Amino acid sequence: MKILVAVKQVAALDEDFTIRADGRDVDEEFLLRDLNEWDDYSLEEAVKIKEAASQPVEVVVITVAPEHADEALRKCLAKGADRAIRVWDEAVEGSDPIAIARVIAAAARRESPAMLFAGVQSSDQAFASTGVAAAAFLEWPHAAVVTSLKLSPGAQSAVFRRELEGGLLEEVEIHCPAVLTIQLGINTPRYASLRSIKQAAAKPIEVKSLSDLGLNTADVGEAGSASRVRRMVIPDKGRAQLIEGDVAAQARRLAEIIREFQGSAP
Amino acid sequence: MSGVLIMAEQRRGELRPVSLELIGAAQALRRSGDSVAVAILASSPNQFIEPLKLAGVDEIVAIKVESAEFDPDTFEAVAAALITERAPDVVLVAHSVDSFGYAPALAARLGLGFASDVFKVERIEGELIATRGGYGQKVNVEVDFPGHSTVLLALRANVFKPPEQAGSPRITEIAPPPLSSRSVGRGFIELAGGDDVDMTQAEFILTIGRGIGEESNVAQFKELADVVGATLGCSRPIADAGWLPKSRQVGQSGKTAGACKLYIAMGVSGAIQHLAGMKHVATIVAVNSDAGASIFGVAKYGIVGDIFEIAEELRRNF
Repeated sequence: MKILVAVKQVAALDEDFTIRADGRDVDEEFLLRDLNEWDDYSLEEAVKIKEAASQPVEVVVITVAPEHADEALRKCLAKGADRAIRVWDEAVEGSDPIAIARVIAAAARRESPAMLFAGVQSSDQAFASTGVAAAAFLEWPHAAVVTSLKLSPGAQSAVFRRELEGGLLEEVEIHCPAVLTIQLGINTPRYASLRSIKQAAAKPIEVKSLSDLGLNTADVGEAGSASRVRRMVIPDKGRAQLIEGDVAAQARRLAEIIREFQGSAP
Repeated sequence: MSGVLIMAEQRRGELRPVSLELIGAAQALRRSGDSVAVAILASSPNQFIEPLKLAGVDEIVAIKVESAEFDPDTFEAVAAALITERAPDVVLVAHSVDSFGYAPALAARLGLGFASDVFKVERIEGELIATRGGYGQKVNVEVDFPGHSTVLLALRANVFKPPEQAGSPRITEIAPPPLSSRSVGRGFIELAGGDDVDMTQAEFILTIGRGIGEESNVAQFKELADVVGATLGCSRPIADAGWLPKSRQVGQSGKTAGACKLYIAMGVSGAIQHLAGMKHVATIVAVNSDAGASIFGVAKYGIVGDIFEIAEELRRNF
């Protein structure tokens, strides 16, 4: 059995960032890149299934990104992925999650896994869309926000719980192959050992082009996307009134705020 | 292409309140002559019709489906049929767990324009512009939809105001297209509390987040909460790690601090999902070492500093 895990190298912003001259993104030098937090959980879920299975399970990670994402892929290899695929072409630049999903679906068709996992969302752009959109291109069943999963290799279906709003869960059974988007907290992601990090550094990353996947440039970028970034703007700063002074003075003021509340409480 | 189609949400016999917010949002988008239609899918849709009769709704489309509760294949097929037949220029859904499960698939399958977690939407010179957050909500991202005659927008909850006036829309009952579900819901589970605290009733909450670093640090904040008379709450990472029971998690998938008047957040960065459960509180005090943390955006008072030092000093004041 094979499990394909779609991952993304996300970017957090350095403290004093600026917007790029064309206004459509943040200046690249202020981006701090790392593996998306949600993807750490979906990878762990796949690796756990592999470790518990009595038959061989292959865990393959895939990303759609330029070369700098190799670092995130190596992290996945160090944490137990067997293979890593990176798809890139300059035409992919400016793709939204729908276009990225089209690429992931094309790769999934070639890999034919029993399951495709994706994170519920990315921590940077938070569309919560890529996995479920990929399912549509694959015409596979799909479910979002999975917080526990029972999947036996070779089984025709899987049972999972999806996390709804307000502390409610729903148990669902789904036909395989399917796409599941995985929520934080479904497991406890492992840390990679030094030894596995070294081994991962020596593993190959399979780099694929659009044509390798039977796609062309019109399938991605602006032409293949459902939205286009017009501009990014820095919103007005928060309205919090800062409590200044040394720690003792700050704590005293906080104590006052608490006493004011207690004084007004019935 | 004209008009607005809204996909309402219901769960366990109740209309989800965000459905009414979608109706509010539609009013700013309709152009003269446009109609606003609200689709409600249920095994007995009639029970949801009355609360949807609001000003600005021209039509309620009731679709009787087999499954009483949300099913992604059913929603996708029904929405696709409605869009194909009616060709609305805007389709509104909630940015909710249910819509995560079908809206992106609908957009991909029909080639719609699409954006999720939208908190502002406007027409500028006739062109639809949606605003969403980027890079952990540190920037606002304005997107448009060139080449797409129908645009699907998933709107953030608690942003758009539902209309206050009642209306008298016409009711249309339609049959769903042929459906075959590839997944089946087997029932709901209320999350086991772990303890008997009710965060929704607490008036004073002290919440800890990732900033506490280690499980062994939870005890001192528990003690601090007791001493100052607060209910101890937490953000998602603390509950996920099992350091506090899930019943104490404040946020979208946890509890809403509904009765809270004073909320002290220590070491909570302020992910949008957390803010959804507490940003309405009148007095929020945020203590965080990161001056750029999103929590300061909703707080009334802020302390940029070390939560352990502040906690220790605060303890001395009681």
